[in-house]
Amino acid sequence: MPVLVYTENAEGKFKKSTFEAVSYARAIADQNNTTLTAISIGDVNTTELAGLGKYGAEKVLNVSNGKLKNFINQAYAAVVAEAAKKVGAEVIVLSNSFSGRGLAPRIGVKLEAGVADGAVSLPDRSLGKFIVKKSAFSGKAFALVELTSANKVISLSPNSYKVVETGSTAAVEDFNPDVKASDLTTIIKEIVRSTDKVSLPDADIVVSGGRGLKGPENWGMVEELAGLLGAALACSKPVSDSGWRPHSEHVGQTGIAVSPNLYIAIGISGAIQHLAGVSSSKVIVVINKDADAPFFKVADYGIVGDAFDVVPKLIAAIKEYKASA
Amino acid sequence: MKILVCISNVPDTTTKITFSENNTQFNATGVQFILNPYDEIALARAIELTDGGNGSVTVINVGEVNTEPTIRKALAIGATDAVRINAKAHDAWFVAYQIAKYVKANPFDLILTGRESIDYNGTKVAAMIAELLDLPSVSIIKKLDIEGINITVEREIEGGKEVLTMPLPIVAGTAEGVAEPKIPNMRGIMSARAKPLTVIEPVEVKTFSEVVSYETPAPRGQVKLVPADDVGKLVVLLHEEARVI
Ligand SMILES: Cc1cc2nc3c(=O)[nH]c(=O)nc-3n(C[C@H](O)[C@H](O)[C@H](O)COP(=O)(O)OP(=O)(O)OC[C@H]3O[C@@H](n4cnc5c(N)ncnc54)[C@H](O)[C@@H]3O)c2cc1C
Ligand SMILES: Nc1ncnc2c1ncn2[C@@H]1O[C@H](COP(=O)(O)O)[C@@H](O)[C@H]1O
Repeated sequence: MPVLVYTENAEGKFKKSTFEAVSYARAIADQNNTTLTAISIGDVNTTELAGLGKYGAEKVLNVSNGKLKNFINQAYAAVVAEAAKKVGAEVIVLSNSFSGRGLAPRIGVKLEAGVADGAVSLPDRSLGKFIVKKSAFSGKAFALVELTSANKVISLSPNSYKVVETGSTAAVEDFNPDVKASDLTTIIKEIVRSTDKVSLPDADIVVSGGRGLKGPENWGMVEELAGLLGAALACSKPVSDSGWRPHSEHVGQTGIAVSPNLYIAIGISGAIQHLAGVSSSKVIVVINKDADAPFFKVADYGIVGDAFDVVPKLIAAIKEYKASA
Repeated sequence: MKILVCISNVPDTTTKITFSENNTQFNATGVQFILNPYDEIALARAIELTDGGNGSVTVINVGEVNTEPTIRKALAIGATDAVRINAKAHDAWFVAYQIAKYVKANPFDLILTGRESIDYNGTKVAAMIAELLDLPSVSIIKKLDIEGINITVEREIEGGKEVLTMPLPIVAGTAEGVAEPKIPNMRGIMSARAKPLTVIEPVEVKTFSEVVSYETPAPRGQVKLVPADDVGKLVVLLHEEARVI
C-alpha cells in the first residue's frame, strides 16, 4: 500500500510540522516496504521540493497552478485525492494543522477512507489490523481507532513524531489535474501572518501567562523569557478574554492545544479546561505563589513564589547559563 | 434565512473520564451530559443571524433518545425546531452521512457545527458534511458575517489568521469569538416543551472506523519543587535532567 503525504507550505516554505508528517509517512511506508510520494500545492521552488527527500520522500508531485496558490480546502482535497489515485496510494498522511483539519475529512470522503485525526504515534499493524492512537476527551485520554477501510487518511498531531533525516533528494514531477470551478468559489480576502514570532502550535517551548500576572503591562518579562528560550507565547482564557493578550495565544480546551517539549506556566491556576490544551506537553514547569494551585499536581518542576520575583531571577539565571554554555 | 445547527451531547467539561469493560467502553455512569460548548456558540450565532423573525434555526442531533434533554436545552436557548436521527453516533463519518442525507432532502442556507466535539475532538463532521454535499467548508472559524448571499468568515492559521468570503450555502465550524453562548430564560424553557422535535430513522451506511479501546495518560511523577531563592537550580534541572533547554 503506497503512501502519499500532503506537504503544507507557508509562503513557499515548509515547516517543521510538514517534515514531521513526511518522516512519519516514511515510517509507515517502511512498515510495508512500499514507496512514499509527497504532494505539494502552491508556489514552492524546486530546491525546497527536492529537499523533502531528506525526510524520506522518493518523489514529489508539484502542483503549481495560479488558481491554487492559496489554500482552499475544497479544491485541495480534490487534487490530493487525484494524486492518491495516480500513485495508487492507500494511506494518505498530512499534518493536523489548522488547514490539515479542514482537508483530511474531505479527502477521507472522496476516497471512502477512514480518517484518523490527530494521530500521536505510528499505526499498530500487528494482527493484520491498522490501529491509530489519538488524543480524545480533550486531552484526558487516548482512543485507539481501527481504520477498517481499504484507504486510510491520517492527520499527524504536531510535535508528536520526531523529524528523521535520511539524507537524499527527491525527484520533482509536475502534476496538473483539472480543478472544477465549483471547487474554487472561496475567495481569500486577507492573510495575516506574524512571521517574527514562533508559531504556537509548532513551538518546542511555550511560555504561558495567566491572571496571576495582573495586567498586560506585566508581559514584558514574559516576552523576555520567551525570547531568551526561543519560545512561543501563550496565555489562559481569561487573559485573552480581558484583551491583555490576543485570542490567538489562548491555549486550552477552547483555545489551541499544544504539546511542546517544555511548557512554562506563570500565574496560571491549572483549571481542567486549561490543562486540556497543555497536558500532553513533555515537561511542565509551574510558577505560582499558591502552593495548593492544582497545576502543581500535573507539573514536573515547580517554584512556589511570586512571579514578579521569580521570573526576573529566572531570566537572569538563563542569561548566566547561556553565557557559560 | 434557514440555518441548521448540528449539536452533540458530550460529557461535562469537568467530568473525570473513566472506562469500563477492559477499557473498551466510556463509562457514562454518573456522568453529566451537556450541549457541546462549541455548538452553543454556533447556536448563539444562528439565533443572532435570524433575530427578529428573519428565518429559522433548526438543530439536528444524531443520537439515541437519551440525548433529548440536550436537544430541549437547544430549543430553550432559542432554536425554532429540532430533528433527532435515531441512532448511536458511531463516528464522524456516520454522523456526517446522516446529516448530509437530511440536508439533501431539506436544504438550508447555512449549516453550522462546533469546531470540535469535546469528547472525540475530531473536527471532522463539518468538512465531511460539506464534501458529501459538494459545498465549501471552513472548519474552525473565529468570526462570521453575512451580507446578502455572501458569507465572510475569519479562520485561524498557524501564527495568524485568514479572511475568506464565499457564496452561501456553506458548512462552518464555530470556535470562540463567533458569539457568546446564550443562557435559556424561563420563557425559553417553558416554550421548549411545545416546540417540534421530529425523530427520523437513520439510513444504512458502511463505516470505516472503530474505537478498539481507550488509554488514560500515564500519570506524571511527583512535582520537583525548586526554592524561589534558588532559581538557577531550575535551569540546571531543565538542562541536565529534563534536557529540554
Ligand atoms: C467551557 C469552558 C471552557 C474553558 N476553556 C478554557 C481554555 O481553553 N483555556 C483556559 O485557560 N481556560 C478555560 N476556561 C477557564 C478555566 O476554567 C479557568 O477559569 C482559567 O483557566 C483560569 O485562568 P488563570 O489560571 O489565568 O486564572 P486564575 O484561575 O485566576 O488563576 C490565577 C493564578 O495565579 C496565581 N497568582 C496570583 N498572583 C500571582 C503572583 N504574583 N505570582 C505567581 N502566581 C500568582 C494564583 O495563585 C492563581 O493560581 C474554560 C472554562 C469553561 C467553563
Ligand atoms: N452526534 C452528533 N449529532 C449532530 N452533530 C454532531 C454530532 N457529533 C458531532 N456533531 C457536530 O460536529 C461538530 C464537530 O464534531 P467532531 O467532528 O466530532 O469534532 C460538533 O461540534 C457538532 O456540531
